[in-house]
Amino acid sequence: MTRQIRRLSAVLLLMLVALLINVSVIQVWLAPGYRNAAGNQRVLLEEYSRERGPILLGNTPIARSIPTDDQLKYLRKYSSGELFASATGFYSLVYGATGIERTENSVLSGSDDRFFVDRLQQLFAGRQPRGGAVQLTLNPKAQKAAFDGLAGRTGAVVAINPTTGAILAMVSSPSFDPNRLSSHDPADIRSYYDTLTADPAKPLQNRPLAMTLPPGSAFKLVTTAAALENGYTPSSVLPGPASLKLPSSSRELRNWTGKACGPGAKTTLANALAVSCNTAFAWLGVKLGADVLRSKAEEFGFNDSFAVPLRAAISRFPPGLDPAQTAMAAIGQFDVTATALQMAMVGAGAANNGMVMSPYLVQEVLGPDLAVLETATPARYNTALSPENAAQLVKMMVGVVENGTGSNARIPGVAVGGKTGTAQTAPGRPPHAWFVGIAPAISSQVAVAVVLENGGGAAEISGNRLAAPIARAVMEAVLAP
Amino acid sequence: MSAPNVGGIGNRPLPEYRQPTRRNTEALLLAAAIAVGAFALVSVDLALYNQILTSTIVTVAVMTVLLAGAHIVVRVTIPYADPVMLPVVAALNFLGVAMIHRLDLAEQIRAERAGGTAPTPDLPSQLTWTAVGVALFIAVVLVVRDHRRLQRFTYTSLFAGLILLILPLMPVIGTTVNGATLWVRAAGFSFQPAELAKIALTIFFAGYLVVTRDSLALVRTKFLGLEFPRGRDLGPLIVAWLISLAVLVFQRDLGTSLLFFGLFVSLLYVATQRRSWLILGALLFILGATLSYFAFGHVRIRVQVWIDPFAQAADNGFQIVQSLYGLANGGLLGAGLGQGYPQLVPFAKTDFIMAAFGEELGLAGVMAILVLYAILIERGMRTGIACRDAFGTLLATGLSIVLALQVFVVIGGVTRLIPLTGLTTPFLSYGGSSLVANWMVLGLLMRMSHAARTPDPVLIPVNRPVEASA
Repeated sequence: MTRQIRRLSAVLLLMLVALLINVSVIQVWLAPGYRNAAGNQRVLLEEYSRERGPILLGNTPIARSIPTDDQLKYLRKYSSGELFASATGFYSLVYGATGIERTENSVLSGSDDRFFVDRLQQLFAGRQPRGGAVQLTLNPKAQKAAFDGLAGRTGAVVAINPTTGAILAMVSSPSFDPNRLSSHDPADIRSYYDTLTADPAKPLQNRPLAMTLPPGSAFKLVTTAAALENGYTPSSVLPGPASLKLPSSSRELRNWTGKACGPGAKTTLANALAVSCNTAFAWLGVKLGADVLRSKAEEFGFNDSFAVPLRAAISRFPPGLDPAQTAMAAIGQFDVTATALQMAMVGAGAANNGMVMSPYLVQEVLGPDLAVLETATPARYNTALSPENAAQLVKMMVGVVENGTGSNARIPGVAVGGKTGTAQTAPGRPPHAWFVGIAPAISSQVAVAVVLENGGGAAEISGNRLAAPIARAVMEAVLAP
Repeated sequence: MSAPNVGGIGNRPLPEYRQPTRRNTEALLLAAAIAVGAFALVSVDLALYNQILTSTIVTVAVMTVLLAGAHIVVRVTIPYADPVMLPVVAALNFLGVAMIHRLDLAEQIRAERAGGTAPTPDLPSQLTWTAVGVALFIAVVLVVRDHRRLQRFTYTSLFAGLILLILPLMPVIGTTVNGATLWVRAAGFSFQPAELAKIALTIFFAGYLVVTRDSLALVRTKFLGLEFPRGRDLGPLIVAWLISLAVLVFQRDLGTSLLFFGLFVSLLYVATQRRSWLILGALLFILGATLSYFAFGHVRIRVQVWIDPFAQAADNGFQIVQSLYGLANGGLLGAGLGQGYPQLVPFAKTDFIMAAFGEELGLAGVMAILVLYAILIERGMRTGIACRDAFGTLLATGLSIVLALQVFVVIGGVTRLIPLTGLTTPFLSYGGSSLVANWMVLGLLMRMSHAARTPDPVLIPVNRPVEASA
């Protein structure tokens, strides 16, 4: 029987070897995949057991982790509730993270490679690794002004420092309370999340970056820029009849006033922008051609995506337009769509001597010991205008506020430039109200875009009536000493 | 079988030879095992509470006393027993105790954080069961003075084994836990009689095969070029198969069912030295497996979960997926005792304790534990080879096979090598029945190993005249 027992021993041993090989495959080969699996709670628990780094404005935390005494050791707290939700996002047990919480997670959670030395020190000290801090570019006063201005409305505000591209304000309305989504109570998180998703105003949508809407007359800034770069001057005379028959189409385009834009159905370019003359810009668009318009739009950032580091939706200027469509596109209709961020970049490009800067939201990345690891360096995205033409455009924008449709953006003692916009949507629905503003006109400190979805009022005036005051408040907040 | 130093050279007297007992080796290894266990407990305490808890000191003391007691009894009564088995079992038992303590603390911390009251820790009861196990180990060593006498209880064992298997199905005392009817509950205690049944049935199989192996081996009929036993000799195999199926059907216990059948087929092979039994056994296994796959929903679910646990990660596959995540978290060297999340795996103290070890001690720890099992199994099989009687050989081999199959089936299950079946991990898992039964198995194996290794005084000739070389 000895031989049989020996054989059997060998087989039993082989079975143990099979176990060993199998466990090795799992723990070494398959382990990375399992660790990153979506349903793996361990990763989350590991993250929650560390002190996640704060999100700062200046030196003030707007999101930080405070120790708790429940199973998850730290709770994420957003001190200003809804105010910064558009930028910070939330950090949820159930729904993961969004916003800066997501894009800067490796820094905040402490898993970033730059923290290697600190992690090693913590390991030897027997402590959990700590997270680093992220400092944002937001200006608290501008943010507050934008938030208050949007209160009760559906829309978005983006304010940019034109010379750097730093985002000074970014607000989505209606907002949500990231504290409730970041709590440790899954049932409450779910019920709040369900309430938010059921809300027709979609509070979870990050409108400043995600919502692309037709910019309407605000797009005339781009058309004007294209004209200036193609030999037109503010005093160039354009036809501005009360209505214009669109080329090779039976449709007629009418001015919102129902009247011609100037004596003899003619108008200067500067006046056309000031009174937002549809027929003049439609004519100009056809004259310039779809390709010129599109490439100018692309120089401002259309048809491109931005990560600020939150990813922004692509603003569109579609290709292959026929002349009638080009005429509509020139006044920001047809299939032209833009985010609030994109329209703020258009204003900022004009205000920064024609240079469009890449927008960014993170000013500094700090290590767990608050040593600065990375500082944002402003980067030029593109040059859309020559400095001379940019100065002309700014001057024309000041004309809009001082003598034209943008009167509600006036700030006493400051030269403010701007452009209103009212974009038609579906028939019967109120249009979107836009305002793009810059201040002051010389060495601008802020470019702002405000959009109110289906803002109300049937007429062109809604851009001025509804959006311009919000833009003014934001600009005042930035300019305030 | 070796008669050491037979004969002498020339007419010189033989030097006096004493078979070494190796008891000091055992004592040394046992001390090492205790050190490993104590170190594990202290690591857990320091990781979770930054101080050594009183329970740890008590546990180390209790375990040391118990194991020292076992060692002393072995030293006095069965000095020639294998010196490695007891330390290996001690190490496994102690590691299991440490992990149960670790999981107790996880529950306690969770309760503290939630502001509730902590559940009763399982450590004291595991220590109690270890004490009962050691006591029964000692009892087996003392009472079974000659393992050959067990052969007399061949059919008594069969009867006892069957009764034990049926017990959980009895009203009042039988209990169904997690879908399997394996438990007997009486007077506040619960017990899994199948654990004891496996000893009884091994004694039966060994006793039965010793008697019948000649007829099973010699009388053959040829079929398809292979020699097969006669139809009427197939009876016992069929009976064993049916018992296994009955366990599966009535108690929904896949693991035990597999264990019994594997044990019987292997022993048949050893006893008759015929490979055809293995082929027949394999065919019957395939038949049984196929039948049960189509007949029983719970078997089907197990197989589906095995093929793709992630498809049902939220319900049926939850345990195995959590187990895999735990193992992955452990990686090569483990998260460290007290620093992983083994409590996330359901049944971490019982069936899935290997997942807990894999997470906190890593691949290195799992390897060490598997090597401990390999040593134990090989030592058991060696005892089988060394036994001087066929019954002892079959019994020792059978007990080792049970151990090996159980280790393979349960660890293979939690690591998704094979479909998951519910079995405890010998000596590691929380649970009295398993611990006690396995300590009794150890008692039998060491008793037999002592019998096999004891030098036979009759066989040592002193000053025997030199014979012509043959």
